[in-house]
Amino acid sequence: MAERANSHSDPHASRTQPRTRDRDREEAAARIRHLLETEGEAVHAQASVSNVRRAQVYEETDDLEELRTKARAIKEDAIERLPELIETVREAVEANGGTVYVAEDAADANEYVANVVEDAGGESAGGTTEATSDATDATGASGPTVVKSKSMTTEEIDLNDTLEREGADVYETDLGEWVLQVADDTPSHIVGPAMHLSRAEIADLFTERFDPDEPFETAEELTRFARDYLGERIREADIGITGANFVVAESGTLTLITNEGNARKCAVTPDTHVTVAGVEKLLPTVRDLEPFVDLIAKSATGQPISQYVTLLTPPVESPTLDFASDEPIAELEDEDEDGDDREFHLVLLDNGRTAMREDDQLRETLYCIRCGACSNSCANFQSVGGHGFGGETYSGGIATGWEAGVHGQDSAAEFNDLCTGCSRCVDACPVKIDIPWINTVVRDRINRDAEPEAYDALVDGLTPNAETGGLDPGKRFFGNIGTVAKLGSATAPVSNWLADAGPVRDLLERTLGIDRRRDLPTFQRECLVDWFEKRGGEAASRRRADRAASRGDAADVDREAVLYPDVYTNYVDTDRGKAAVRTLEALGIPVRVPDLPESGRAPLSQGMVATADERASALYGAVAEDLDAGRDLVVIEPSDLAAFQREYERFLPERSFERLREHSYEVCEYVYGLLENGGDPTALSTSAALAESDDRGDRGDPIAYHSHCQQRTLGLEAPTTALLERCGYELRTSTAECCGMAGSFGYKREYYELSVDVGERLATEFEDAETVVASGTSCGDQLEGLLERDVPHPIEMIAPER
Amino acid sequence: MATDTVGRFERALSDLEVGFERVAAADASERIASILEAPAVGTELPYDGVSQPDGVTTEPTAAELAAAETGVTPASFGIAEYGTVAIESRPDGDEPVALYPDFHVAVVAASDVVPDLGAAFERLEGHLRGAKSLVFATGRSATADMGDLVHGVHGPGAVHVIVLEDR
Repeated sequence: MAERANSHSDPHASRTQPRTRDRDREEAAARIRHLLETEGEAVHAQASVSNVRRAQVYEETDDLEELRTKARAIKEDAIERLPELIETVREAVEANGGTVYVAEDAADANEYVANVVEDAGGESAGGTTEATSDATDATGASGPTVVKSKSMTTEEIDLNDTLEREGADVYETDLGEWVLQVADDTPSHIVGPAMHLSRAEIADLFTERFDPDEPFETAEELTRFARDYLGERIREADIGITGANFVVAESGTLTLITNEGNARKCAVTPDTHVTVAGVEKLLPTVRDLEPFVDLIAKSATGQPISQYVTLLTPPVESPTLDFASDEPIAELEDEDEDGDDREFHLVLLDNGRTAMREDDQLRETLYCIRCGACSNSCANFQSVGGHGFGGETYSGGIATGWEAGVHGQDSAAEFNDLCTGCSRCVDACPVKIDIPWINTVVRDRINRDAEPEAYDALVDGLTPNAETGGLDPGKRFFGNIGTVAKLGSATAPVSNWLADAGPVRDLLERTLGIDRRRDLPTFQRECLVDWFEKRGGEAASRRRADRAASRGDAADVDREAVLYPDVYTNYVDTDRGKAAVRTLEALGIPVRVPDLPESGRAPLSQGMVATADERASALYGAVAEDLDAGRDLVVIEPSDLAAFQREYERFLPERSFERLREHSYEVCEYVYGLLENGGDPTALSTSAALAESDDRGDRGDPIAYHSHCQQRTLGLEAPTTALLERCGYELRTSTAECCGMAGSFGYKREYYELSVDVGERLATEFEDAETVVASGTSCGDQLEGLLERDVPHPIEMIAPER
Repeated sequence: MATDTVGRFERALSDLEVGFERVAAADASERIASILEAPAVGTELPYDGVSQPDGVTTEPTAAELAAAETGVTPASFGIAEYGTVAIESRPDGDEPVALYPDFHVAVVAASDVVPDLGAAFERLEGHLRGAKSLVFATGRSATADMGDLVHGVHGPGAVHVIVLEDR
């Protein structure tokens, strides 16, 4: 706990002082550096393996999409009907002989459970004697013994602290939770709470703490010791406390999904069982459980199903186990056939959840089944773990929603920026929560609550937008990067020389938080739009396309394209834009390159939702006529296409959104479509192997290709790989989820080292590759920095020379 | 039940490194006796002509349960898709007998092996609405929380499934 208290300095306390953002950034960088060094390796080892297994088992599950859709619909319905379900479950549990208590907040829940524990402890629960709070010391115990399993919700309310204060001996029996209890540490992952500790660290900790004859070494020794030690605690326990993965309202059935078996023991060995579960765990019917039972182990660890899916309808009929008695266990039950010798309490925790339910943006968080798939699929999480990418209790992408809802926005503000919006978690989430959007919205709220600073005016003039007040100047700068780029291009090369000058880098780092170790983009004096106009504009393009048609190279389609000049293509990396124009023309497609508004991707990633909304309207207005005329919008930068095809759903009327989504294409997807429709690949610059197509046994030129995170989420990695293969290249693709650059993220001083750590995992995959290509600007910049060579866009590989 | 359902069950169990055999009801008792590790505890096997062998203590005390190496219980049904056995929490203690000893022997009738989770839920609905409890147990107890995957944590480290081919 102490370790974390340091990281939770009040964000408001320091923001009124000048230059404190600079200091905040420095502290954040130091904190992240420490986690990269101490916990990153252990977390990456486990999280990345779970992620790969999850992806595999998803791939092998034929009805995966159906299951996810079904699960999502059930959750939407259950949260909608929540007040009614609480009454239903109350009736069911009471009819079975148990008790239901709806706790308003943490204090309320703790008080109720403490009373149950005191009653169940009976005479032994004196509490006035010097009851030990040392959870690992069983011998001096005088209070009731509590054994726990599936404890994340009780972590949320710090139940152990309360019970120990009241004199109880509390034992976590999930091995990971127990390790944390022994280490006096906090969870770093929703499913694997001790993931940040290596086997060697656990062995040292246990050897020091329990002083065995021989030092612990292997996981097997540790597990055997834990089994014996905790087995004894369970046998002598007065009360078992568990969480629940799901609670079925109609029958009062709890579902516990586990691999170890201790949850079963905790629930049925002592005669008193308390379950603490968030109200959002309620599902209407037994049948509603099915898709969740099918999905949860797959999404969490990549197992087809967990070892134990326990379906308890308490008070259960299993006999209680009194290890001091020499009566047969079954005999005990005969005295009381209805299980009346058992006591059961279901504590349903609100603690902010009702308010989340009424919040249109946070409501989706309540659909979360806490499988940790969003953490495992997150490149930043893999590097720092939940002590960096997490709040007081919860961790990973979805934690922003949970922490904002149950502990308040300040807890979410501590780590929310670590979500770069890469969207890889969107495919991983079994209930299809738009986790990046929750992060964007909470970031927006945090921005709006912050206080303005003295040098905001410096960025104000440069960057007009719809945001008010204390938005971090760095965020405002990156959120308005289009304006910056336009100015940079207009004043190039002076702007480039200036930007490279030492004093300027120093100023940029202090005020905007741009890390001086990053190369800044080099602005082109002639932007893509101007180049296209000078070249003869649309008329010239049509002539070129017609010539291709008369040569017989053209695809058998009658289309026209509008190439979207995103900020980077237009001002910085004009080469890929020119390559796209030439490629389209060579396959018979006339192109236009109008000066179009920014997509809103940049402000979105800074949490500037109002600005992004304005950009969406402006963009749609600017392309509506082209869409009406039947032209296709061809996009090079995947993050801009992702804005059009994902986030715009929240900004535009449904018809406009659908229209834009239907008629916008990723450039390689579009070109591949042209080849599929009769376009001639030899009109392009292809691999030597294809050019000499009489010798098909010849292997093509090797290419290593890194797609783009958001492109993958749109399902658009495949067309690019297919296109490159069609053009005769011998292809290798990356397995890393993300390059770590993520737009502006890797430029920020506090995140530079994390960005490089993530990027290096990708770079290592391609170290020995001769040619490396990447679809995203950021990915290309990151790889160029780490591999020290050119990393072009795939379209540049296949574009004809002229 | 169709034999290929039992065959699928067998393959799933094999992937989980769980022992499997089909026996006639008349031979079941003898087979159980030959595979168990003493001391063994068990609960009533509710199949015609099948009873626990002599070496299995039925109606055990808690101490006998804690000392047992083997626990023998019936399974209400099996799920072929995942190699799962459904153990009902009956008053005579199936749940602790299946859970505490390191070796669990589950006996299931061939006619109770259902193809998939959907079919399992059809059977489950009746159980749970009747305020019953049960566990879907799939393979051996496991953890990775001590650094590497280890089997046999709080639950059994070895499992064997006996399918009564004529029941």
